[in-house]
Amino acid sequence: MSYLRIRDLSVVLRGTRHRLLRDVSLDVSATEVMGLVGESGAGKSMIGKAVLGILPRSARIVSGSIELDGVDLLTLPPRKRRTLVGRKAALIPQDPLTALNPARRIEPQITDRLVDILGWDRARARTRAAEILHDVHIPQPDRVLRAYPHELSGGMRQRVLIASAFAAEPRLIVADEPTTALDVTVQKQILKLIFEMQARHETALLFVTHDLGVVSKICQRLTVLYGGLVMEEAEVGAFFDAPQHPYSRALLAATPRHTDPDADLTPVPDAVIAEARRAVAEADLRWHT
Amino acid sequence: MLDGRSLVKRTAGLRLWLSAGWIAALVIGAVFAPWIAPQDPLMQDLFTSRLPPFWMDGAEPGYWLGTDSLGRDVLSRILYGGRVALIVALIAGTATALIGATLGLIAGYFRGWADMVISRLVDIWMAFPPVLFAILLIAVMGTGLTSVVVAIIVIDWTRFARVVRAEAMAQGAMDYVASAQVAGRGRMSTLLTEILPNVLSTIAVLLTLEMGIAVIVEAILSFVNLSVSTDDPTWGGMIAEGRLSIHQAWWVLVFPLVALFLTVLSFSQLGEGLKDRFDPVLN
Amino acid sequence: MFLRRLLSRIATTLVTLFGVAVIVFAVIRIVPGDPVAMMLPPGATEADIARLQAFYGLDKSIPEQFFIWLGGVVQGDFGTSITTRQPVLGLVLSRLPATLELSVMALVIAVALGGLVALTGTRLRYTRTEGALDVANGMALSVPDFLWGLVLILLFGVLWPVFTISGRVSPNLAPEFATSFFLFESVVRLRFDLWLDLVQHMLMPALALAIPLAAIIGQLLKQSLKETMHLDYVTLARTKGYSENHVILREALRNAVLPTLTLIGVQFTFLIGGTVIIERLFSYEGLGNMAIDAVINRDLPLIQGIVLLFALLFTMVNLAVDLLYAVLNPRLRHA
Ligand SMILES: Nc1ncnc2c1ncn2[C@@H]1O[C@H](COP(=O)(O)OP(=O)(O)OP(=O)(O)O)[C@@H](O)[C@H]1O
Ligand SMILES: [Mg+2]
Repeated sequence: MSYLRIRDLSVVLRGTRHRLLRDVSLDVSATEVMGLVGESGAGKSMIGKAVLGILPRSARIVSGSIELDGVDLLTLPPRKRRTLVGRKAALIPQDPLTALNPARRIEPQITDRLVDILGWDRARARTRAAEILHDVHIPQPDRVLRAYPHELSGGMRQRVLIASAFAAEPRLIVADEPTTALDVTVQKQILKLIFEMQARHETALLFVTHDLGVVSKICQRLTVLYGGLVMEEAEVGAFFDAPQHPYSRALLAATPRHTDPDADLTPVPDAVIAEARRAVAEADLRWHT
Repeated sequence: MLDGRSLVKRTAGLRLWLSAGWIAALVIGAVFAPWIAPQDPLMQDLFTSRLPPFWMDGAEPGYWLGTDSLGRDVLSRILYGGRVALIVALIAGTATALIGATLGLIAGYFRGWADMVISRLVDIWMAFPPVLFAILLIAVMGTGLTSVVVAIIVIDWTRFARVVRAEAMAQGAMDYVASAQVAGRGRMSTLLTEILPNVLSTIAVLLTLEMGIAVIVEAILSFVNLSVSTDDPTWGGMIAEGRLSIHQAWWVLVFPLVALFLTVLSFSQLGEGLKDRFDPVLN
Repeated sequence: MFLRRLLSRIATTLVTLFGVAVIVFAVIRIVPGDPVAMMLPPGATEADIARLQAFYGLDKSIPEQFFIWLGGVVQGDFGTSITTRQPVLGLVLSRLPATLELSVMALVIAVALGGLVALTGTRLRYTRTEGALDVANGMALSVPDFLWGLVLILLFGVLWPVFTISGRVSPNLAPEFATSFFLFESVVRLRFDLWLDLVQHMLMPALALAIPLAAIIGQLLKQSLKETMHLDYVTLARTKGYSENHVILREALRNAVLPTLTLIGVQFTFLIGGTVIIERLFSYEGLGNMAIDAVINRDLPLIQGIVLLFALLFTMVNLAVDLLYAVLNPRLRHA
């Protein structure tokens, strides 16, 4: 039974019939790590945003369903939906420099959800915040809790954001390229930390990335997206042995392998792109009629 | 999708035309006042005092907007008062722009001690309440058109100096200024041919806004009886008289107030319209 | 760092105040006609004039006169009013509370009104309501307090006379208070009838002063709020389960308010400057009204005192806002 279950989700650019997501179906079962890959503009972030209810104003869901823990979010009244998502899911954002409110200390930014949405008392939330900061290997959690964001380094802030995401024991984490804004030297540590936390808390993780190498190492399954359309959805092992879709194969060929970093890389051939486009066009044809 | 900006933008053209129309009507009224005005604006006649405007009972033909407590025709006085307002707007506005912009250019382009002196002066000026300063100046200089104009220049030059200084500084840092300098052009000629044309649009916007401000300052001065002279009709003077007889003859206050309101609003709308047109970022 | 900033700001403030003193002195000096002659009854002898000139120090050189005068001012000696023959300082200080109460009331109204406009506009952004609000705001912005005062007099003094449009307090209630901060003291003494009467008198002039400032606050605050609403930490707060209202008030407002705050500082001094004519318009017995009477009566020492006091007030407000900004901005505080 999947914890997150998306069915035939279509999102259009408001005021047009142009689809940014095309009948996307996707399942993430509890405790599973699902990789979401595709080139820039494929709609990876859109999926995450649709789940969390933070689509931009210019995008509108026109059909489909998003079930979280068996509840269809799209049929819920907005308030119910917000608090349900707040209880059961959390986001690890891309850029730790902009994702913390510069005017508030760290502590309330971790505890606010615990107190306001989950109804904990303040003392308990505070203890929890210190504990979770300890879990993400932050030394002197009490000092950090009192700090303002600008007093912390980028890597520190990302740790704080990870702690904040896990603090309320959500069952689903959406991580949207959580390391691309970081220094290369800390990227690995942060990745390791995310998967360590995921394993310890046994949450489902929807992991958005460009990096097939990372996917091969830590995801159980992955979904390949092109033009808002799901190209292929597979077990990681099977995928890296024998990708089914020509586009996936081309994508894989275009990615450096950790096992063989010196192998020649071939850019995605035009013929493959043309085929992917055709698939998109066909999907749209079915949708419009 | 209809968004907030679009309502502001869609009505912008209309508001601009209405404003330009009102100012044009005012100019025509002021220039041709002696021919258009139905009555002598100074003529007092106690038999025709406090006549109501034309649509009310007891109105007399020829006194369209009624008369004040001395029997003077309100419409004619508004037309003649418009003359004072527009003359002050034009002369004081232009003079303020010239002086303020010159100082701003000098400070912003040449920097150094000139900038220090001018910026300090601006700081000091910001510490004065402008209306009180103007009133004080008139008290010292005596009433009259020149005094009003001088007072407006003295209290408002900083408005130009501050903005133009910042603008000139920004322009002075641009590459084209450096290349003009490299090409061997003198400082003064660079200022006049490179910097000035680029701040001209800003000055035009400020000037339009300043005209509205000048009209208001003149009205305030005549309201406290310190403007051109006590005999000439002014909007501020009419408003002061109307304020006293507001319960007996509201029209003495309302009509000059409407004229003043529309004039000030029009100048400011024109200024904002110019700003939108000149500012590529906003469009 | 903070201390250094404080000291340098105080230094520039002192320079500004000195400049103000020079200009006030200079303006009064160019007054045509002998100030002494105006003080004496007709028929005074040459000796009388000379005696009085010596008394006022007018026989000394101009710079000497300036420093004597400035020395007096620094010690609180602002001279003697020509019309009332009382010390200027006492006169001025007796009227200052009325003007301060009016200004602060106007500021409170402006912040409340402007904040409301900004928050409503942000909440309803990209809708027709926001557009209508913007247009109305633009109008409020471009019409000065003097005209709003007149409009309010017509609307609420004449058409629908619910407010008093003249004076500070009803004559039959004239309070016998220890200070001239009537509004404040009436609360302390639990004289709520008096408090209500004061507010009823004050509301219209305060509103006239507040409208343009409210429009400026509304415009700038909404702009920075809307910019803040796009930021990542606001989006992150949404995913936690918070409502739009909560996100605007708790996450966005605090960051968006800083630029507005500096602006309010400068604009508050303009507002105080506006009290001069607004007090006149509403016959409110404050400093500004006294200033215009002093000008009309050519009571130069009194004018000098009032202008100096206003200048002092302005520079103090600017200084306070500057320091407040430094305290409120966590990045500046720790840097
Ligand atoms: N705010 C927005 N308004 C309108 N269209 C948008 C907006 N944000 C993204 N899009 C469009 O939606 C599509 C999907 O964007 P999305 O951000 O999901 O891509 P992505 O796969 O996350 O790419 P990247 O790897 O660059 O993050 C793109 O075509 C993009 O142009
Ligand atoms: Mg993305």
